[in-house]
Order: sequence, then structure tokens, then C-alpha cells
Amino acid sequence: MGTFQIDFSAAQKKRIVGIDLGTTNSLVAFMDLTGPTVIPGADGSNLVPSVVSYQPGGSFVVGNPAQRLLIDQPDRTVYSVKRLMGRGIEDVGEELRLFPFHIASGSEQVLKLQLGDRTFTPPEISAQVLRTLKAQAEAFLNEEVPQAVITVPAYFNDGQRQATKDAGRIAGLEVLRLVNEPTAASLAYGLDKRNEGVVAVYDLGGGTFDISILRLHEGIFEVLATNGDTHLGGDDIDHRLLAIALEDIASEWKEDLSHNGEAVQTLRRAVIEAKHRLSTLPQTTIDFDYRGRRYRRELTRDRFENLIKDIVDRTIGPCRQAMHDAGLHADQIDEVVLVGGSTRIPLVRQAVRNLFKAEPHSELNPDEVVALGAAVQAGILAGDVQDKLLLDVTPLSLGIETMGGVVSKLIHRNSTIPASATEVFTTSVDGQRNVLIHVLQGERELVKDNRSLARFDLKDIDPLPAGMPRIEVRFLIDANGILSVTARDQRMGKEQTIEVKPSYGLTDEQVEAMIEESFEKAEEDIAARQVREARVEADTILRALEKAKANDAWLDLTDDERMRIDAACNELLTVYHGDDHHLIRAKIEQLDHAGRKLAELMMNTAVKSALKGTKI
Amino acid sequence: MGTGYCWRCGGSDPESLFCKYCNSLQAPITDYYNFFGLPKKLTIDLDDLQRRFYNLSRSLHPDHYTRATPQERQYSLEATSILNDGYRILRDPVQRAEYILKEAGFDIGEQRSKDVPPELLEEVFELNMQLDELRSGDEDARRPLEESRERFTGLQQDVDRQLVGLFLAYDSARSPEAAHKALADIRAVLNRRRYIRNLLREVDKELTARPV
Repeated sequence: MGTFQIDFSAAQKKRIVGIDLGTTNSLVAFMDLTGPTVIPGADGSNLVPSVVSYQPGGSFVVGNPAQRLLIDQPDRTVYSVKRLMGRGIEDVGEELRLFPFHIASGSEQVLKLQLGDRTFTPPEISAQVLRTLKAQAEAFLNEEVPQAVITVPAYFNDGQRQATKDAGRIAGLEVLRLVNEPTAASLAYGLDKRNEGVVAVYDLGGGTFDISILRLHEGIFEVLATNGDTHLGGDDIDHRLLAIALEDIASEWKEDLSHNGEAVQTLRRAVIEAKHRLSTLPQTTIDFDYRGRRYRRELTRDRFENLIKDIVDRTIGPCRQAMHDAGLHADQIDEVVLVGGSTRIPLVRQAVRNLFKAEPHSELNPDEVVALGAAVQAGILAGDVQDKLLLDVTPLSLGIETMGGVVSKLIHRNSTIPASATEVFTTSVDGQRNVLIHVLQGERELVKDNRSLARFDLKDIDPLPAGMPRIEVRFLIDANGILSVTARDQRMGKEQTIEVKPSYGLTDEQVEAMIEESFEKAEEDIAARQVREARVEADTILRALEKAKANDAWLDLTDDERMRIDAACNELLTVYHGDDHHLIRAKIEQLDHAGRKLAELMMNTAVKSALKGTKI
Repeated sequence: MGTGYCWRCGGSDPESLFCKYCNSLQAPITDYYNFFGLPKKLTIDLDDLQRRFYNLSRSLHPDHYTRATPQERQYSLEATSILNDGYRILRDPVQRAEYILKEAGFDIGEQRSKDVPPELLEEVFELNMQLDELRSGDEDARRPLEESRERFTGLQQDVDRQLVGLFLAYDSARSPEAAHKALADIRAVLNRRRYIRNLLREVDKELTARPV
């Protein structure tokens, strides 16, 4: 593993970790002396299932413990929230078909899910997963971890990226960079494999598909083209099987279980496990037990492949488009790398082999490789890794709405980022004070077929005859793939005020409010824990005192001393059920002090008896 | 460096990306050729350009400025976006030519390529007829249309060859007039090229819309 140049001269730096915030599973990793390493949880596992449950009383359960709650408490537990990030209510119709989530009312503005008696936006839910990962890293490294690199699908649009950044902020993390998942994976592979050449990364995860084509040259990872589908993944395969099993059960048991949360989640689990087994076995059985009834169905790999062939075929178009955009044929691609749990499916590997006419690599664990790459990128940002650099691209063209509902493209897809474009705007009416710019992402000609990103309102323009003002607007896509817009009045040379109205997602004020609440909750959690711990100590000393009163030594105390112990005991009992752990500890101190003589007497008696050989 | 003085140490060092006294990143130069340190020529060695691109990326990219001052981080972001925009434009011959044309004051709007280049009038007329016939369902028009397509693809290749020659003419021009003449010729050829390309796109759309 000797391909790094690591700089240890800079001390006292805050630690930056790499986080893979996945649809199905999430991980956190860091760079140590030997290279990137995944940080395990307290239970020893590297993967944190992206499952979140909201408990009555206000706390969250995340990860492995939440998997069980998906079945027991399906109305307050969610999974695959990544599929909802940066989306509006009209986008998620298709997702809702597949997911049992309850969309809360008031979701017209910002999508909200109902968990128990509260509603949450997708970034708030993802933030819980991030908080767990942050805590996991801090426990393992024994230091604060305030900064992170978080990965996103390469094909994520601006709204989806912004939502991911928001989730990071709510979780108390400064997100230094969003890295595209296939690019991160190539960083992890680039370490001990090829250092020169053209690599295709085929990333099929739980909810998203990405294909990226990169050129590696002297430590530079240059993305040539990227394409994908942000709602295509293992979840679609699971739902295909689930739907068929439910139909089957309906005809066998004469009962439609599809509205029964517990049954559906249990069946889903069974179907997923069967799917996993079929990656290594030629056939298996779907085994579903529910309330004393049993459903068993044989499934061969052949039949499974027939059932999901069209889903896998949906990955082929984007791959061809990416190769076309990169100006390359399959035979010009040197290596193909597989990323994401769904690439374990033999049919998927076969499709990749056919497309690229090459044997794909999967030596690195497809579940972990993205997190490892994110850790390397964290190392690059920290200045610890100096011989590598990622040059990524924006996946979607950026344009503005012009006359007739047509989009005029400013920055083309697959442009290396940071990238910018400048346009000059003017007014069409005498004295016009505002100009509204509608920015969109996508490849189509018409506004209605593209994704609305935001509206930018240029305000307080000097009142002049129509066509006179010259407002120069610069559109900049930063290294995270996120757009920012600045404007300048060319004639006056002054900065132009812009008001941003994002089409999807949260305003800054909303995120600020969520961050505050999150910290309050965090503080509440800490305070609650401290109160619990103080009470445990109080219990110990009170129990000890009970026992002591039965001891002969109690009678050897003066009346005064006994009264003081009783008084201290009462004072402790009075504050015991309060919320002030400082006070509880103060009363414990006091009781401890009052009981010191008693303790000494008991000790002496014990010693004397021990010496005499008798028990007390 | 617009002002000629370093924002950080005040040293005077015009026209450089990094101050030679304190080495801090300066407000970026916005002319692409200057940025890459290349002479303003239309013929460019692409391997050399790529090498410069990679080297400049290494020294300018925001990933290497995470712990720098806010001012340097801002300059890094701007400089890298100029670097990327410039690389995209300079490595494509047509965009490169349009860049120089625009600088020299030529108007290169899309509108100009809507007019049929006079020397192509007859062929374009014939092709449009074949297109209409195919559109109205006359499959007999397919073969002739495919042949026209071949002819136009050949014309497109001729145009590209012409451009190479004209680029050299510009690069070796001895006087501003000669340079200006070369640019005018290049603009005419670019218009023709764009026209042919749009035409071919129409034809391909028609031919693939109705697979045989």
C-alpha cells in the first residue's frame, strides 16, 4: 500500500472523515497510516443500515436496532430516505407506490414524512444517520469530528446535493465537500491498481445508478463523462419480488396483506434474503412466517433473472450515453469497476461484461469502497494526501428560461467543475426595477421537460429606459456541483442584489431552525443521560445506607450524627426526581460526607471480625 | 492581477497567477491564452495543452485550498473555473476559433448560420426535397437521402481540412490586415460548417425515426 505521499508535519488539525450516506447502508471511514479504513460501530459492524425510527418521547433509533422496528413499528420507522432527498411531492408519486411512507400534510412546499406524532423532512431524517456516524467516529477516534466529506450519486441534481449538505449541517457536521460516488470509488481503487488509463465505474446501489468514465493520469482522476438514473436500484428489484409474493399470498390465503405494515416489512425482509442467496445459489425458497401462517415459494435464479431483466436493462442506455459523451468505444476502456451491493447479482455482472467486453473488478468490498474513497478525499482536503486530485464534472446541463418556454443552455453536462458562465441581462419595459431569471437543469429543449432549480430575482435595478441596463450575471457551479449566482451592474460596476427562491428544498432559515432544534435535542439527550447517571449513583448510596442502618455501627453513632445522615438522605430524595443532575450530585456528596463516620465504624468492625474470623 | 500589486504583501508583480514575493494566489487572469501561458495561435498542441491543464489544476484546485485564507479560497474557485472553461474552449478547434473571432470583434451569432451558403444552394434544395418525401412516407426517398447524407459528410470533412489551413494562415500572418482576412475566411467556413452540421442532424433524425 505504498502509493501515498502523506504529510504529517501539520499537527493540531481537526479530523475530517469520509462518509458514504447510502440508500440502504451508510458508513464512515478515515485515513490512517496504512490508508483508508472503515470505522466500525460499537457492535463491531461496519455498515449502519439507513433506517431511522422516531420513538415516543423524542429520541431516534438508527441502524441495526432500527431494522427490527421497521417490522414492529412501521408507522414511525423509515428506510431509503435518500430516494426522497431534494424532491417535491409531485416527484415522489412513483416512490410512494413502492414505499409505505406516510406523506404528511403541508408537503406542498417541502416534502415531509409522518413518523408517529411528528413530521420530518428527508434531510432531518438523513441527519439522524449522520449523527450516528459522527458519534461512531468520535467514539472510535476519541476526538471531536466536526468536518466530513459526504458522497452523493454522480447524477444527483442541485436540489438533491443541497439537501445532503443541509442534512450534514443539521447533524452538526461541516460538509467540506460532496464527492460523487463513482469518483470516490475510483480513488479507492486507484490506490493499489492501475495508475494510468481509462476506467469505467458502474455503481448500482439500493436506490440510484451511476456510470462514470474517468481518465487516470499521474495521480489526477479526471471524469470524462457521467450518467445515471436517480431512481433505479436494488429497491426496485426488492419491490418487484415483493409485489409478486403479495399477489401469490393473496391468492393462496385469500387475503390482501399489502396494507398491513408489519406483514409487508416481514415479507420484504424474506424476499431480500432470498435475493441475496440467489447471488451464490442456483435456487432458493422465499420463507415467510406471519401470525402462525406460512408461505413458501421456490425461486430459481433463472426465474429471478427473467423477473428483473428489464430493471437491469435500464442501466444500459446511460452507459452507452456516457461512452458517447466521453468520445470512447468499449474497447478503449481499460478497466471496469463494480460498486454497490446490487452488483453482486450475477445478471448485473453479465450485463456489465457484455457492455464493456471486459471482466469487471470487484476486489474491494462493493459496500465499502465508496466510504474508503471518501476518506481518501478527506485526506486530500486535509493536505495529508498530496499526490492525488479529483477533477469531477456536473452531470446535467444548466440553462435559463427564455422566450417561448425554451431553455437556453449555459453550462453543458460533463463540464469539469468548478465551471461558470456569464450572461448579460437587460430590461424589456421602461423603468423596470426587477428581472426574474429561472434556472433549470436537464437536457431537454423545453422548460416543462427540465428540472426547475431556482428563481433568481435581480432587484432594485436603476429605473432606466427599456434595454439600457446591463446586468452581468455569473452562474458558478462549485466543486460540490452546487450552483451559486452573483450579479453586477456593468454600468455602475456595483454588486447587484439577488434574492434566491429555490424550487425544492429548505431555505436557510428553515435549516438554521432545524440545526438549533437538533442541538437542543442533543443537549437534552446529554442532560438526560447525566440525570440518569446521577440517579444511578444516588440509588447506590441510598441502598448502602439502608444496609448500614441494619448494622450495629449505626447504634454507635451519636443522635446528632444520625439526624444529620437522615436529613441528608431526605434532601437527596427530594431532588432525586428533578432534572438537575448537578443538584443530585451535590446531595450525594453531602450524604456521603455525613455518612463518613458510619462507614469508618463499619469498616473497623469488619476488620475486627475478619481478624477474629467471624462474619458480620 | 488587475492592479499589478499583490493583495497580501503589496509587492508589484503584474500578470502572474502567484505573487513572486509571498507566493499567494492572485485574482485570476481572465484571458484564456494568457492563463495557460500560450501564444495567441489557432494551432495548438493538444498534448501540451493537457499537460498545462493538469499542472495548473494541481496548483489551483479548491481541494488544495481548504485551509487557506478566505480570499485565496475565493480566488482558487474563480481561477479553477476559468481554467476549466478555458481548457474546454481551447481544446476544441471550433470553439477556439470562435473565441479568437469574438476577441477580434467579429460577430458569431447563431443567426448567421440560418442562411444557406450560396455554393451549397442546389445540394441543399435537393436534400430538403428528399427529406420532405421521406417525411410524407415515401420510402423510395430513403436511398437517395442516404447518398446525400454521405455527400454532406464528405463536405463536412472538407470543411474541417480547410480550417486547418486557415488556422495556419492566421498563425503566420505578417500584418494585422492579413490576420483580419484570415479571420474573416475562418468565420465564413465556420458558418458553412455549422449549417452542414445542423442539416446532417435533421437528416439523421429522419433516418432513425423510421428504422427500416
